[in-house]
Amino acid sequence: MPVKIISTKQRVTAFLEGEIDHHTAAALRLEIDEAIGRNKPKTLKLDFADVTFMDSSGIGLVMGRFRTIQPLGGKLIVSNLSPQVYRIMQLAGLEKIAKISKREDVNNAENK
Amino acid sequence: MQKINEMRMTLDSKSVNESFARSTVAAFMAQLDPTLDEISDVKMAVSEAVTNCIVHAYPQSVGKIYICVTILENRRVKISIRDKGCGIVDVKQAMEPLFTTLGGERAGLGFAVMESFTDKITVHSKPEKGTTVTMYKTVNGRAGI
Ligand SMILES: Nc1ncnc2c1ncn2[C@@H]1O[C@H](COP(=O)(O)OP(=O)(O)O)[C@@H](O)[C@H]1O
Ligand SMILES: [Mg+2]
Repeated sequence: MPVKIISTKQRVTAFLEGEIDHHTAAALRLEIDEAIGRNKPKTLKLDFADVTFMDSSGIGLVMGRFRTIQPLGGKLIVSNLSPQVYRIMQLAGLEKIAKISKREDVNNAENK
Repeated sequence: MQKINEMRMTLDSKSVNESFARSTVAAFMAQLDPTLDEISDVKMAVSEAVTNCIVHAYPQSVGKIYICVTILENRRVKISIRDKGCGIVDVKQAMEPLFTTLGGERAGLGFAVMESFTDKITVHSKPEKGTTVTMYKTVNGRAGI
């Protein structure tokens, strides 16, 4: 599963793509942790704009990244969630450890 | 309850089959014209049960995963996912949110997801014999009955 990562000293942003499950999570973890290790950023942002599916293995991935950056004093932002992925993140209580937000177009659709 | 349509498949417990399993179940369910949320709920629940067979039931080997999907009367769907793996000693404890025997990056939320995204779940398990997870969901569909 591909992931594009843009890193600065301030912020690492990972643009996740496709389906996140137990099969795909391991490779994502390696790539994201490599970028965190290199940059020790203040903020880690996980962009879910192109994620089409996620199960609890993805929750494990997000929680695990939180545990990686927390000792460095880092913050976690999880953005552009589909309504379905947002629901499973809420079920897991991820809003307690990260700033999580839905896709813009979704918010607009709901406000109509 | 009367059966309207049924599908069975047997898969090797390889992680590459996780996406195949959930997509196939969703494709079979398409005849009920489900909403995006209903498709996602079923895919998540199937993904959790199948992943558990792969990582927990057959930890050191490749075994078989047996999936049966039945469409019942009144748009009710029954999904059963069975393995002949190690089994679960204490099912009640296993189903508690955050409980996991594997640690690492398992969130311990598989059963919590299956419970919240389907209408009903039953788990039968015998140590050394295997586990059967049966889930029910009523698919109202896009027509919104
Ligand atoms: N098919 C199975 N065979 C054996 N043990 C299982 C099976 N499914 C679940 N379990 C047990 O139940 C626990 C909880 O499962 P789950 O809620 O999916 O969390 P996780 O998979 O993250 O550990 C697992 O850690 C495992 O001990
Ligand atoms: Mg699980």
